[in-house]
Amino acid sequence: MKAWLPPLLTDRLIRLAWLLPLAAVGLFTLISLAPIDPVQAYVGGRTSQIGPEQRDAIAAAWGLDRPAPERFASWLGQLTRGNLGESITFNAPVLQVIAARLPASLALVGLAFALSFVLGTALGLVAGATRGGWPDRVIRTLAVVLAASPGFWVAILLVAVFAIGLGWLPACCATPPGQLATEVTLAERWRHMVLPVATLSVVGIAPLVLHTRQSLVAFLDSPAARHLSTHGATPLRLAFGPGLRHAAGVALTLHLAGAGELFGGSILAEAVFAWPGLGQATVRAATGADAPLLMGIGLATLLFVFMGNLLADIAARLADPRLRTPA
Amino acid sequence: MTLRIENLAVSFPTGPVLEGVSLSLDCGEVVGLTGTSGAGKSIVAEALVGALPPDATRTGRITIADVPVGPRTVALVPQRLDALDPLATVGSQIQRFAQLADRPIDVPGALASVGLPSQTARLYPHELSGGMARRVLLATALATGADWIVADEPTVGLDTAAATRVLSLLADLAAAGRGVIVISHDVPGLVGIASRIVILRQGRQVETALAEAFSGAGTALRDAFSRALWNAQLASDTQC
Repeated sequence: MKAWLPPLLTDRLIRLAWLLPLAAVGLFTLISLAPIDPVQAYVGGRTSQIGPEQRDAIAAAWGLDRPAPERFASWLGQLTRGNLGESITFNAPVLQVIAARLPASLALVGLAFALSFVLGTALGLVAGATRGGWPDRVIRTLAVVLAASPGFWVAILLVAVFAIGLGWLPACCATPPGQLATEVTLAERWRHMVLPVATLSVVGIAPLVLHTRQSLVAFLDSPAARHLSTHGATPLRLAFGPGLRHAAGVALTLHLAGAGELFGGSILAEAVFAWPGLGQATVRAATGADAPLLMGIGLATLLFVFMGNLLADIAARLADPRLRTPA
Repeated sequence: MTLRIENLAVSFPTGPVLEGVSLSLDCGEVVGLTGTSGAGKSIVAEALVGALPPDATRTGRITIADVPVGPRTVALVPQRLDALDPLATVGSQIQRFAQLADRPIDVPGALASVGLPSQTARLYPHELSGGMARRVLLATALATGADWIVADEPTVGLDTAAATRVLSLLADLAAAGRGVIVISHDVPGLVGIASRIVILRQGRQVETALAEAFSGAGTALRDAFSRALWNAQLASDTQC
């Protein structure tokens, strides 16, 4: 094992140990202060059928009749026993709701992560290697346009063109509506993933293109690259040889550190494409003031972002040996 | 074989930076190039290896055995230590330069030729001392297999012992049959290894003197600037 890894992991675990409780308190406070009444959200349009006594009974069943600190203490007590509580929106244990929906979200986010990384880095390298030329100008223009395009707008545009206009791809869901999961072929599943993954990838590509290009240009202007080019290295050989580590290392670090943004973007993409993942569950939990589920998803997201940052720290040290020695 | 620079002149859109520089170098010989900062020493090195900035205009001839020097005929040992890639090990960097010249390389052998142990191959530039980094830069230039070497300020930032080691390595290269041009502020250092020393001042060649002329008060030197440069270095060397 690399000598720098154990101290880094220890440091980050200590950070997580105080970050998790702090985030839990913050989340619970925010949810408690939210102006949404969970009982009202649950009752919805059936107000005339459900009287005040029944509403009080629902509130008591969910523990909402107790003060917030007491509810938090009770939630914390359950957590120590590995129980994240019951979701009031899904009428199921929070852990079960998350476990059922996490794979769909991870597939979406994971594919979008890989696709945007490969495309963003490759385009950034080509732009940097052809600096000032037409490929560079075209790629930079594309990156700026993508950076200025809101995710939801891109999603609607993709649906309008590829689902409604051309009819090539499905407009929603992870599987064709009305079919059993066991009946759906792998090819069908992939077809359903194309538009959500494309939407999510587009959001992450632009910063990667621009960062990769800039890192490569900085390397190509460096004395190290000049030393190599003096002895015959062409810009293309520099870009896809030693320049790759200079540019892709930074790109991977930034991309991993931005995993939280990708996760946030997936909420939007899942809402637009009715994707049965955590994003859609988050929206339902928020509109229903489902405190246990929101707490569970919030902490799961925190762990996801934390892991992204940890991997970014590790990637940065793998790419740049100067970072391995503590300052 | 002889490498000849004849009437070399370099100018930028802002004006000329080098005029009328001529020198010759035989295989197995070390020639020194010195002068004050901004005299145009590094421009001579860049012109030799064909690495002048794109907006530079060059006139004059650089030939080897009367044939114009082609690209990659002369290898450069750059002045800046950050010419080593900070993200690559020493071994992989030496390999890169050999690959550029399409020749096989024995990395431990290349390191041994510049007086470094084979374990250095695993180190990164930030783990090297200044003297080690200078020798690695020399190894990268040697990995190209070029018979002509131009070393730009190879002793800058080194203590006396490390500087002496680097200079003696350059002298050894010449003894092994290579032609070596050493650009340096350190005139006494050049005197120790070079047969002739070219003195530049503000882009012009002041004098080409035999190394023996740099002795005593420098009275054997023809030009007043050369004598002043020599005496200034002697004075700084004797200061306590």
